[in-house]
Amino acid sequence: MNSEDKISLVIDGIRTEVEPGATIMDAADQVGVHIPRLCYHPELSILGACRICIVELEKREQLVASCSYPAEEDMVVKTSSPELRRHRRDIVELILDNHPKDCQTCVRDGNCELQDSAYSLGVRERLFEGERKQYPEDNSSPSIHREPDKCILCGRCVRVCDEVQGVTNLWQQNRGFESVAAPAHNADIMESVCIHCGQCVNVCPTASIVENNVTDEVFEAIADPDLHVVVQTAPSIRAALGEGFGYDPGTPVAGKMVTALKMMGFDAVFDTDLGADLTIIEEADEFLNRFEAGEKLPLITSCSPGWVSFLETFYPELIPNASTCKSPMSMLSSLTKSYYAEQAGIAPENIYSVAAMPCTAKKYEAARPEHETPWGAPYTDAVLTTRELIWMCKCMGVDFRNLPDSQFDRPLGTASGGGDIFGTTGGVTEAALRTAYERFTGETLTNVDFMEVRGVQGLREATIELDGHNVNIGVANGLQNAKELFERLLSGEKEYHMLEIMACPGGCVGGGGQPYPPEDTFALDPELVKKRAQALYTIDSSKQLRKSHENPDIKELYSYYLGEPNSERAHKLLHTSYKPSERQGIK
Amino acid sequence: MSCCSEEYTLKEKIVEKLQDFRGRDRSDSYLIPALQIVQEEYGYLSRQHLDEVARLLSVPYARVTGVASFYQFFNFQPAGEYEIIICTGTACHVRGAGAVFDRFLEELGVEPEEPTEDGKFSVTDARCVGACSKAPVVIIEEKVYSHVAPDDVPDILADFGYSP
Repeated sequence: MNSEDKISLVIDGIRTEVEPGATIMDAADQVGVHIPRLCYHPELSILGACRICIVELEKREQLVASCSYPAEEDMVVKTSSPELRRHRRDIVELILDNHPKDCQTCVRDGNCELQDSAYSLGVRERLFEGERKQYPEDNSSPSIHREPDKCILCGRCVRVCDEVQGVTNLWQQNRGFESVAAPAHNADIMESVCIHCGQCVNVCPTASIVENNVTDEVFEAIADPDLHVVVQTAPSIRAALGEGFGYDPGTPVAGKMVTALKMMGFDAVFDTDLGADLTIIEEADEFLNRFEAGEKLPLITSCSPGWVSFLETFYPELIPNASTCKSPMSMLSSLTKSYYAEQAGIAPENIYSVAAMPCTAKKYEAARPEHETPWGAPYTDAVLTTRELIWMCKCMGVDFRNLPDSQFDRPLGTASGGGDIFGTTGGVTEAALRTAYERFTGETLTNVDFMEVRGVQGLREATIELDGHNVNIGVANGLQNAKELFERLLSGEKEYHMLEIMACPGGCVGGGGQPYPPEDTFALDPELVKKRAQALYTIDSSKQLRKSHENPDIKELYSYYLGEPNSERAHKLLHTSYKPSERQGIK
Repeated sequence: MSCCSEEYTLKEKIVEKLQDFRGRDRSDSYLIPALQIVQEEYGYLSRQHLDEVARLLSVPYARVTGVASFYQFFNFQPAGEYEIIICTGTACHVRGAGAVFDRFLEELGVEPEEPTEDGKFSVTDARCVGACSKAPVVIIEEKVYSHVAPDDVPDILADFGYSP
């Protein structure tokens, strides 16, 4: 350590050293002093909009925002004083004065960063009764619900949509009192280039952007004696649901989750991971056909609905490359209302199919006309995010921590480790390789761990040898990273055979429908995402059954119902199509 | 580089100018000049034209409208045939320009900048026209009205053929 290059400064009487370029807030974090903050987000650019993180400097009369002010040599910083606390309290009070007074009935009551700031800074009364902004709510999208009146202009949604997702659908519109974070022309979400990924929901400190809540519909369905209500749970739900009940991030809770769902009144609990296994069988077949024919390569995965919308809106030229496989959720829903209905002797019209997903975009996917049954109902009737499911459990008084474990129901409840790891970036590729390898070479794969494609970095590449052929693989999570991969592909800089794209950073474990993170972590935190991913790898490695094509329920499904992969029936039930969006985005 | 197979409703000379901007270094910094060129030509920025500017400069739609709506200089609706300009500079403001402004809106039944249904009138404000001794001042078609009171508004409108 060469301390000459470092900057030495004093925070609240504690001398510390930081790298050049570090801010006062960085230095304070380093010595364990938590300066209050609201617009700041560690994974996004610095905006300095809210001013709550103001501090005093010994040699300067004005207060400065510590998130954006660089640390300087021998700077003496005071982060707390009666005056600072008063100023911070005034700032929050002024934000509250232009914010609805509906905390008790707000969906984020008890889980809101503005509320937390008001509490911790000691706002105990509301002084001003001034004009308040009044914007209509936007409920146009099945995924995202916007209430601009609750927006505090922190700009996190604008930054995540632009910097992490490369979509740039939200920007601060108008000026002064009229300012609002909104799509171009203040259009509704459905008339914008939104891809429904929900990362804006994850970073929003208030309830200004939340998922479109369907818990009432699901409660009604459960209570309806004429309906047979089936639920399926995505891989990454089991790696994050526990956070809602005080478990450390990365605690797998599949067994308790199944018990909870049965207690809540669902008639059958199926595993989306079986849908993932099925996706692998169909997609591996699709890949090998294309690879042998040398056409429509690279094959691009299509299980992330945020990515599918991004494809249709920003990269329509790549639509022929996308796998025609439905997502695991939609495959399982299709089978629920066909195969399962037939097996169980239930009229498919009387089945209500619910999917618990880490994702807001799945709500949009479920509502797409391509996923409609021949009798006009959707195959997936309702999609709940992990957050909605946690709330429903609590609402029904389920004592989650003290539940025994249960098993998923047959015939759609057995999954291989390959299906389990679908929920993390690289997982789909790894599961596909386990199956493609054996299909391609005819040999048994002994070491199923493809470490080359694991990791949480946003963009990874690997070359895997399949029977003497090199298969170039690209893996991207977070759409800004996907864009980079496509630039390499479209410029001809690199040849790929298979691309795995997940819209959300880290894959589904970091999805837009995942729980608001526990206190010592934050949305988009790579450590949080890693822990959730690790839970899935642990489930995978603890299983005997690790290859999708060895799943006995899937074998049975093919032999009694579907026939071969890519058969006519498989195509009808398990494949879909894409088309360019009417409103094309700007790359 | 360019995506010229697309059809633009902007005039060809403007399309060419904007394509030229796009070819330059830091092309997105030409957003404001591009918006100025379009407004100068058409008098206002339509939704369609804003989207075309976004495509021509390869700047996301939300950023284009975000920048355009920040500056008071840009209009999003065509002005009326007669644009009623009410000075709201300091002197006019303290002598009651606000009430005059509101009265015009009330008489015409419009919002600020919004043209009347027949497209004849629109109401806008200006920051100090430099005639403070005549405050409050209203200007229509280069005709200057001095010391205007709210009750003068119907007569002023009548000068331009307006009857309620």
